[in-house]
Amino acid sequence: MAFLELKGVSKGYTTSGGRTEVLRDINLEIEKGEFVAVVGYSGAGKTTLISMIAGLVRPDTGTITLDGKPITEPGPERGVVFQNYSLLPWMNVRENVQLAVDQIFPNWSRDQRRAHVDKYIAMVNLTPAAHKKPHELSGGMRQRVSVARALAMDPAVLLLDEPLSALDALTRATLQDEIENIWERDQKTVLLITNDVDEGILLADRIIPLSAGPAATLGAAVKVDIPRPRDRKALNHDARFKTIRGRVIHYLLGAGSKSQGKVREAVQRPRILDELGITA
Amino acid sequence: MKYLEMWQLTKTYPAPVGEAVIVRDFDLSLEKGEFVSLIGHSGCGKSTVLSMVAGLTEVTAGGISVAGREIEGPGPDRGVVFQAPCLLPWMTAVENVILGVAQVYPRLTHKSHREIAAYYLELVGLGDALDKRPGELSGGMRQRVGIARAFAISPKVLLLDEPFGMLDSLTRMELQEVLLELWSRDKKTALMVTHDVDEALFLSDRVAMMTNGPSAKLGGILEVPFARPRDRQGVLEHPMYYDLREQLIGFLEGQSHTHGKVDEEKAVAPAEKAPPLRSRAVNLEEA
Repeated sequence: MAFLELKGVSKGYTTSGGRTEVLRDINLEIEKGEFVAVVGYSGAGKTTLISMIAGLVRPDTGTITLDGKPITEPGPERGVVFQNYSLLPWMNVRENVQLAVDQIFPNWSRDQRRAHVDKYIAMVNLTPAAHKKPHELSGGMRQRVSVARALAMDPAVLLLDEPLSALDALTRATLQDEIENIWERDQKTVLLITNDVDEGILLADRIIPLSAGPAATLGAAVKVDIPRPRDRKALNHDARFKTIRGRVIHYLLGAGSKSQGKVREAVQRPRILDELGITA
Repeated sequence: MKYLEMWQLTKTYPAPVGEAVIVRDFDLSLEKGEFVSLIGHSGCGKSTVLSMVAGLTEVTAGGISVAGREIEGPGPDRGVVFQAPCLLPWMTAVENVILGVAQVYPRLTHKSHREIAAYYLELVGLGDALDKRPGELSGGMRQRVGIARAFAISPKVLLLDEPFGMLDSLTRMELQEVLLELWSRDKKTALMVTHDVDEALFLSDRVAMMTNGPSAKLGGILEVPFARPRDRQGVLEHPMYYDLREQLIGFLEGQSHTHGKVDEEKAVAPAEKAPPLRSRAVNLEEA
């Protein structure tokens, strides 16, 4: 049995217009220490997927197990990093991380907890900003606090819900490198949700496309057999990178895409356009 | 024939001491029917160039001509697609498009205006959403309305200012295909500002690379040799694709050493000002 396992999971919501199926028949197995990326459209149900694993939302059908035990509620063995950071605005960086550590390790001594907090703040390169409040930080720095907080809880699984989507390209690249470094050091089991195919290939051992909703489901997993550490620039020459990128994009824009993706051919052209001499 | 010409284009603003030079001596010409992308880092001044071509920003020195006539202010000969589609929130999708169509063809009946607007919305895949208001549409759908609106006025030149910058990377790819198919019907002369290397390669005949500001100028031009009509698979599998991609990434990375990283570490850095981009657009439509 895999470390994290989803079997036949589906989830829908009731709306005014009836029932909308969000996720359908999700089957996913993640081994201990594996880094898996799920890539899909916004609105496809990626956050619903993470929320179910985090225990914040219950699936309608199917089971989710971690280390053989079913997931029914949130727990400290699963650390979540959300896109919107979710930091407490009146606490500084250290206090935000400390809050989580105090909750998880109440039996440790004060010094022990403090050293632990410092270690993770250093790991995300925020030591000089430890006394700053969230509003004094850039988006990239806030997301680092969020990563430090999740890691400091020493979870068995790290769930990353589009952690870098709100950041500009340069900051995103810096944080991608940091996430890879931390993962190499800690070898945590990681599930990354993203809409960026390149990000998935750069970081993950396996990349799995999620089809467009409603009733989104996972496509075939693609193994990323590119040795680490992976260099963004060198990837560009790598034949494996090109093949993997082509396969995932092909699925997402083809079988896994929304039906309305293409220009419709059968559209009736109004005669008035010809009279105006317009060719388009 | 040079259809869209920019010569010695310069933009400066008065500063406390002297003046701030945004763009200096920018020269670029587009043939009729050519699709050219302007690529560079955020803040390099590429949008300023586009805004000058649109007639929305005054030119400090140099000039711009479309089809042999120097431009003065904005006009319907240039259709613009902005990063935020800027739709009127109280109007439906089709009404938003009619607004532009009625300006360009004031003599046609309302029925004809509606026919034209509906036609372009159907082409971008919004046939089922004609009567929906922006608040009921997803970000990708709103930007489809923006594209339909630009094409519906049948402009001489199409100007696109990071048209998909606010969308996630997959929706972006989808809309690139919609744009490409619409564009290939009558090959309008198009100038697009982007910082997405894959987007520039997929759509353009040439990619103009801009250096970082201040005093940004043309850093080089890359010819994109992919045959048309193009499809994603064919482009991605073209033997030169990743070489060209690397040239563009290499250019941008070279530029980022001169600025960029600094911002990230500043206490109140770009994100403090940047995130409103998305929310600003949402507010505009939902407020």
